[in-house]
Amino acid sequence: MKSETARLSTMRRGARCIIESFTDDIMKQKLLEMGCLPGETVSIDRFAPLGCPMAINVSGSIISLRVDEASSVIVTPIS
Amino acid sequence: MSKEALSENRRLKVALVGNPNSGKSTLFNALTGLHQKIANFPGVTVEKKTGFTKIFHSATGKPTSFEVIDLPGTYSLYPKSPDERIPFEVLCDPGDESHPDIVILIADGTNLKRSLFLASQVIDLKIPCVLAMNMMDLVKEQGIDIKIDELERRLGVRVIPVNARKNIGLEDLKQSLLDDIHVPEKDVFETNELAPSLLKKIREVLQLRSDYAALQIAHHQDAIAGFNISEDQKNILLGLLKNNDFESGKVQSFETLERYKVIHGILQFSMVKGENEKPTLSNRIDKLMVHRVWGYVFFLGILFLMFQAIFNLSAFPMDFIDQTFAGLTEQAHNALPKGVLNDLLVNGVLAGIGGIIIFIPQIAMLFMFIAILEDTGYMARVSFLMDNLMRKFGLNGRSVIPLISGVACAVPAIMSARTIGSWKERIITIMVTPLMSCSARLPVYTLLIALVVPSKMLFGIFNLQGVVMMSLYLIGFVAALAAAALMRWFVKTEERSYFIMEIPVYRMPRWSNVFYTIIEKIRIFLFDAGKIIIAISIVLWFLSSRGPGDQFEQITSQITAMHDRDTNKSEELYKLEAKRLETSYAGHLGHLLEPAIRPLGFDWKIGIALVTSFAAREVFVGTMSTIYSVGQNDEESKTVRDKMQAEINPETGGPRYTPAVAWSLMLFYAFAMQCMSTLAVVKRETGSWKWPIIQFLFMSALAYFSSLIVYQLMS
Repeated sequence: MKSETARLSTMRRGARCIIESFTDDIMKQKLLEMGCLPGETVSIDRFAPLGCPMAINVSGSIISLRVDEASSVIVTPIS
Repeated sequence: MSKEALSENRRLKVALVGNPNSGKSTLFNALTGLHQKIANFPGVTVEKKTGFTKIFHSATGKPTSFEVIDLPGTYSLYPKSPDERIPFEVLCDPGDESHPDIVILIADGTNLKRSLFLASQVIDLKIPCVLAMNMMDLVKEQGIDIKIDELERRLGVRVIPVNARKNIGLEDLKQSLLDDIHVPEKDVFETNELAPSLLKKIREVLQLRSDYAALQIAHHQDAIAGFNISEDQKNILLGLLKNNDFESGKVQSFETLERYKVIHGILQFSMVKGENEKPTLSNRIDKLMVHRVWGYVFFLGILFLMFQAIFNLSAFPMDFIDQTFAGLTEQAHNALPKGVLNDLLVNGVLAGIGGIIIFIPQIAMLFMFIAILEDTGYMARVSFLMDNLMRKFGLNGRSVIPLISGVACAVPAIMSARTIGSWKERIITIMVTPLMSCSARLPVYTLLIALVVPSKMLFGIFNLQGVVMMSLYLIGFVAALAAAALMRWFVKTEERSYFIMEIPVYRMPRWSNVFYTIIEKIRIFLFDAGKIIIAISIVLWFLSSRGPGDQFEQITSQITAMHDRDTNKSEELYKLEAKRLETSYAGHLGHLLEPAIRPLGFDWKIGIALVTSFAAREVFVGTMSTIYSVGQNDEESKTVRDKMQAEINPETGGPRYTPAVAWSLMLFYAFAMQCMSTLAVVKRETGSWKWPIIQFLFMSALAYFSSLIVYQLMS
């Protein structure tokens, strides 16, 4: 069932994935507080016109973050 | 609160704590109305909003006074920015001057898990709390079922459903503050086992109420220096922490994850998820609002509308203020006995007050728009759209509004930089905004362009004068971006720039919030920046109405004599007034400046205008009129233009105002920091004189050298 992991920043618009872990401690803390917990399902809402920042939907709230910030989040894509 | 505290009859402190977008400010406004006061938290430039309210006991009618403190929105007690540091300091330092007796926790009912994360941290500090469950209308709409009783039992605090927008549940909330609020014995999340002996020792040193407060202090060693405790206590604490293997980062993430687990458990019993999760209307609007083409089109449209309003609509009240003050000045001048005091009151103080009040219409108009954009949630989309572009220049998505508003006036524009979360990006925005060509430069540009640029058509469609005017605005914009890009390397910060933020769902603006925002901004400007502006205008009055030596006195008495003899202002009188300005301190300053500004093509006459322009740039035109002995009438700018055109440069024998001089002067006015109101506002917004001084120096240097280069190349 477990497929390969990827970085959140590489997900396409409309894709869904599950948060696995974080590679940056400060980002991790900030994202955890905002409810981006390991095991939560994330869907990619949209990208800003120039490809950055991106907006993700986590348990009903829309959170926007820069693409390089998103690259510190490891996720498992849901096919 | 305990019975004794109530009977002491002192004012109880209540702090509002909640996530951003949880409806905290709406609740604050609803609780306190207009009884608000805004200051800064000591030592930082984070706004501290306090309000006052009296609550009458529903049964006995006995009144109790409360001081309500609105703490900046945050997601947890672990600070990531200066704003978020405040809730931690106020809540964890029992000696802090704002440390509350009661905390009102504001929870967003549609995002309960995240709301309870912060709420449970505060509950664990063992400060008496009540929890206001906000957004109950949306909760119902989304079909979420919150079991209030169950939640109260599991958290150990009162939970009161409210709808702050519609004033529902507010009376219950107020009455609950009068009750005996018990602090729950059990922690929501057991902290003790994380570092038992260390926490125990910290608690002993500071006599803390909870393990969790001790843990927070262990996490924030660097904050201890600022705590309101004795030096001995500080040293003991620092010693304790130094000799400990406490790993802050690890403990923090562990706590966050475990706390969320506990909350998850609580919610399993006290909440049933709704079927229609979140409204999709917001999402549909966003398809358009952040669209790669329509998003920008819409944003440009809004900016255009804002401008029209700031420029055109505020022109009427501004003219009214202008005329009222002109009338008032004349009446005061005639009514008061003649003399120095009259002069000081009329031309120093009254002129200064007039110069402050004139800004109010523009401030009100800009903040009306900003408050609406913030309140509806559109501002978050603007950041989302613009962040990538602005970031290349060391700015933030939210810098767009201050920069663009700077074209109308830098004063409200700089005040609007408050919405930028990152300190560094905010400072850079404030520093470069005055480079945008504001409306006060317009009269100067108009005069100088008319002087040297012929009014002819370019390619048959563009008026050349218009093209030059537009290029001056463009130069300002480019200079602002370039300065920002440069400043990125000089403004040092320890905080990391990040962009993670929530994009709230669209909501209708709350007109009361819009109203309070406007009032608040006007108050700040009037009382904080206003003081400095009055002081400087008195100095400027002194410089231009006093002079050293007998000569000044003689001319003044000649003018007075002429006034008494003949009310009809003659050519001779204008000449005398020009002479008087030349012999005043300002005139001497102009002469003193001449060697320094000669390489720019300026003479002492322009030097005087540069000195007096410091009050406001448009004063240039008036000063030039006086110097060239032109009467103050409606044709002023036209006649002064003729006089300036006719002026001969004694060294070259040609006209004094060559294109080289005019361009040099225009660039100088485009770049120089000649606005005391802006400097006063920068001081207010950054909290120190450091930034306005740096700003003054860098803009002056930029103005000087670009004028120098242009003049030397063109002449």
